[in-house]
Amino acid sequence: MSEEHYYLELCENPVQFENASSVNNVFFDEANKQVFAVRSGGATGVVVKGPEDKSSVAFRMDDKGEVKCIKFSIGNKILAVQRTPKSVDFINFIPDYPHLEFSQECKMKNASILGFCWTNWNEIVFITDQGIEFYQVLPDKRSLKLLKSQSINVNWYMYCPETAVILLSTTFQGNVLQPFAFKSGTMSKMSKFEIELPVVPKPAKLNLSERDIAVANMEGSCKKTNVLKLNTTGKFALNVVDNLVVVHHQSTQTSIIFDIKLREPDCALNVHQPVLPPRSIHPYRIPLTGPSAVPSQPPVPCELYSSSWSVFQPDIIISASEGYQWYLQVKLPPTVNLLQDKGKLIDFLLRRRDCKMVILSVCSQMLNGEDKGSLPVVATVFDKLNQVFKEYLEAEQTYTVAMESGPSRGSTARERPVRTQAVIDQSDMYTHVLSSFTEKKDVSHKFIIAVLMEYIRSLNQVQITVQHYLYELVIKTLVHHSLFYMLHQFLQYHVLSDSKPLACLLLSLEGTYPAAHQLSLDMLKRLSTANDEIVEVLLSKQQVLGALRFIRSVGGNDNISARKFLDAALQTADQMLFYTIFRFFEQRNLRLRGSPSFNPGEHCEEHVVYFKQVFGEQALMKQATV
Amino acid sequence: MISPRMASGMQEKQYTPSLLSFFVYNPSFGSREGEEEKKILFYHPSEVEKNEKIRNVGLCEAIVQFTRTFCPTKPAKSLHTQKNRQFFFEAEDSFWIVMVVRNPMVEKPNKDGRPPTIEYQEEEILDTVYGAVLRECYSMYKLFNGTFGRAMEAGGVELLMQKLDKFFYRYLQTLHLQSCDLLDVFGGIAFFPLDKMTYLKIQSFVNRVEESLSLIKYTAFLYNDQLIWSGLEQDDMRILYKYLTTSLFPRHSEPELAGRDSPLRPEVAGNLLHYGRFLTGPANLKDPEAKFRFPRIFVNTEDSYEELHLIVYKAMSAAVCFMISASVELTREFCEQLDGLVGPQLTLLASDICEQYNVNRRISGPDKEPQFKFIYFNHMNLAEKSTIHMRKTASVSLTSVHPDLMKILGDINCDFARVDEDEEIIVKAMTDYWVVGKKSDQRELYVILNQKNANLIEVNEEVKRLCATQKNCTKKRERKRDGERAMDCFTTLKLSALQGVMTASV
Repeated sequence: MSEEHYYLELCENPVQFENASSVNNVFFDEANKQVFAVRSGGATGVVVKGPEDKSSVAFRMDDKGEVKCIKFSIGNKILAVQRTPKSVDFINFIPDYPHLEFSQECKMKNASILGFCWTNWNEIVFITDQGIEFYQVLPDKRSLKLLKSQSINVNWYMYCPETAVILLSTTFQGNVLQPFAFKSGTMSKMSKFEIELPVVPKPAKLNLSERDIAVANMEGSCKKTNVLKLNTTGKFALNVVDNLVVVHHQSTQTSIIFDIKLREPDCALNVHQPVLPPRSIHPYRIPLTGPSAVPSQPPVPCELYSSSWSVFQPDIIISASEGYQWYLQVKLPPTVNLLQDKGKLIDFLLRRRDCKMVILSVCSQMLNGEDKGSLPVVATVFDKLNQVFKEYLEAEQTYTVAMESGPSRGSTARERPVRTQAVIDQSDMYTHVLSSFTEKKDVSHKFIIAVLMEYIRSLNQVQITVQHYLYELVIKTLVHHSLFYMLHQFLQYHVLSDSKPLACLLLSLEGTYPAAHQLSLDMLKRLSTANDEIVEVLLSKQQVLGALRFIRSVGGNDNISARKFLDAALQTADQMLFYTIFRFFEQRNLRLRGSPSFNPGEHCEEHVVYFKQVFGEQALMKQATV
Repeated sequence: MISPRMASGMQEKQYTPSLLSFFVYNPSFGSREGEEEKKILFYHPSEVEKNEKIRNVGLCEAIVQFTRTFCPTKPAKSLHTQKNRQFFFEAEDSFWIVMVVRNPMVEKPNKDGRPPTIEYQEEEILDTVYGAVLRECYSMYKLFNGTFGRAMEAGGVELLMQKLDKFFYRYLQTLHLQSCDLLDVFGGIAFFPLDKMTYLKIQSFVNRVEESLSLIKYTAFLYNDQLIWSGLEQDDMRILYKYLTTSLFPRHSEPELAGRDSPLRPEVAGNLLHYGRFLTGPANLKDPEAKFRFPRIFVNTEDSYEELHLIVYKAMSAAVCFMISASVELTREFCEQLDGLVGPQLTLLASDICEQYNVNRRISGPDKEPQFKFIYFNHMNLAEKSTIHMRKTASVSLTSVHPDLMKILGDINCDFARVDEDEEIIVKAMTDYWVVGKKSDQRELYVILNQKNANLIEVNEEVKRLCATQKNCTKKRERKRDGERAMDCFTTLKLSALQGVMTASV
């Protein structure tokens, strides 16, 4: 199978720990993502490994019986160990605090502790079969303070560390779930909900177990109305990676992924089909390390979907028997060929984290070679990309406006919108897709122009200002194929918006296409910020009178350089024209300074000499005539 | 042709200019003595006696030859006589087309039963106008038949004569020399004003159709008889546009306006109602007898010389020309495919354009009868706009101003053509009218004002003001609807630049 086959893989650098055995117990704390390897009840050592090296700790503790559960509080401040069904023991890990263990029994009589969760560096919740107890740990006093408790029958529980929410399974069948949220010393009961059971068993018995439920934190709110169609039976496990729900199926040794946000057009709302065909996780080889490793020895293939695997949220897979903890990853490039529908593919990719280069490669691919998409497909893809781009620009705009107006009306400071990889702007498209595409020799110019126009249309549709370099691509392509009349029509309908660079480009085309001159001047005029350029253009065409008329019409004639105009008039070798221009400036001098003669600073001496030569001294305007 | 005018109590008869004869000849075909007839490839009216034909052709040949001695590159273009005017045009190397137009005249009845006196108004017709009409005759011939040279190569003189006969026999009947004017000189194209987004949608539509029906080589898109997009080059589009707007479109009534039970009413295909139909080719696709033959046109005759099928397809006010290489045989399947693909899309697009157009019209305010009339033409893109002309029909072009004023416009145009410089000419007509012509760079604007007792300066100010208000209202509209501008009209650079210095010659 080629590399392109697998879209799921295990991370390259797993967390390694001593594998589970009769003398070594392994625990995983989902809150801190830490693996605990407890040798001989802790007497010969506890090794804690976390996602980063700095969260790894090794220590010893007295063997006071079999460890049932072991977890650090947030920040590795306090260690909690459960060895009996009635109590939890604590050890301070804060420097300068007493290290002696202290213990806390659950308050409710006859209750047995199902487990505990840290909700803060010093706050902990005990979950018993009869309810929950919320404590504050006072490490200096080596004691706990009960903050709150609640009686409720509990079958099992589940904790979501990101949101600090505990889900309790209640009722006889276990399918009514009661969430509690914890936040700095407070506990709040949230509204309970019921999981519909496919069949109600008779006689009634506990039907929903924690294996059937996974709590994960996903972007946006996913309500319980999302239904994943698995289309198969057997043992499943869930991961959530990059906002995708990954369902592992042990018996077929494959995984499928669901994108909750991907709408199925032909299905009832929120019923999801797998996005991609089922595939196994990419084969993984365990490199042999340590003293037994021989350099030439090939890495050993790792058994995937093994029964010793444990899956934790969101993206953790642990093989206790082999001593590895991996993070599951989604590889985007292989998905490109698995999703034929380009629109769906783009929708899928736009919601992934590292999507930019993959999306750009999809764009390149759809414009080139055998897999070339049709124009409607190209249009759909552009529209989807520009929609996301537009949403980002709008958010940015709203933010800027809010910032400028100041933090008024007591509203909390807005957060600057995050520019995700899904925001693909014009320069991305230009650099990675369009500029190389337009240079392709084997693509018809018709298709190139159609694609560029489609992109411009798409940008216009969402009111994004098109950058001039895109217009330049269009113009260059048209000019390269001598399609001047097409170019003219585009400009005529202002499809290629006015800009100085564009006007200059047009001006440079005058040699091959004379009409470009008019187009360029019109554009400069419409810009109304390019009066100097217009004068230059007209003067260079020896249209001295035209230049003068123009500058007069825009009211700039008092500031222009007389020398520049007189030079240009001299070059035409048209004496009457020179006379007219000269007279114009004499009049200007008179009006501005009360004298028709030129100032030395104007450097018009040679022109005065020439004028006298041709028309005679007496032709000069006289002061007295005024 | 005859419009009686009452003058001094006596019945006068006014005769408009009319076509006397029209012929095509090549002097190299019968250079030997006694073979002169061979030079004549086409002669209208055909019933003219042979020797007279030879004499007339000979005369033209002699005049051209004679004037060549003065200027080898520019032989005579026309010959003015008291009764008529002859126009010479070397359409292709050694192929000459000559058109003889009888001057307009007034017939004044005499007393005592004497024959009426005829006064020829030999200065009433303009060389530029009829010279342009003649050149257009050739362009139209070439559009549908290709060049003379190619016909000669394919089937010798016989084929060429056949083609000439077949084409001009009908075409000359549609010439209406009495209503030719400045617009014939320009031969311009009216562009449909459109906002950028709708224009881009049309682009997208054209590109998609050309992609899915790859046989299509060129596409042109029109709305309300005005051009929006041409894949053809400018010169080819210019003549095709002329054909579409003066011949093909007027021939087809609007079935959209027809009643529910009218046979012209479009059919419901499946569940999908669309208004698409073929203006050329099959009138009804469902007809088992339908023929899938389309007119053929010749384009790019200077270089690639392409012969194409011309498919004109229309939905509501939107018409699209699809051009396909003539070497391909067009089948029923293809036409059905085209109909199925284009019909629904074009119907949708046409209603989009219509909606957009109405929105823009509402923004630009109610159509008030303007105090002036104008013709605008830009040589660079052939854009033309006239508020003087009513809708052109197959038979006549109607103008809303007196022919005398039209003549003045033509005269100003001739003056403009003489020099390259930008100019402005203001004319006080015999009536209360003032006629102002402005030329700047490649654009020409002619305004007719009706202001009693105005002087030159006031008229100049008035035109300045008109240009300014037109520009302002366009600007206002621009701000409201991005991209929407009155097409290429008054948004010009130099027209406004001109307003400063006046070089008037009255």
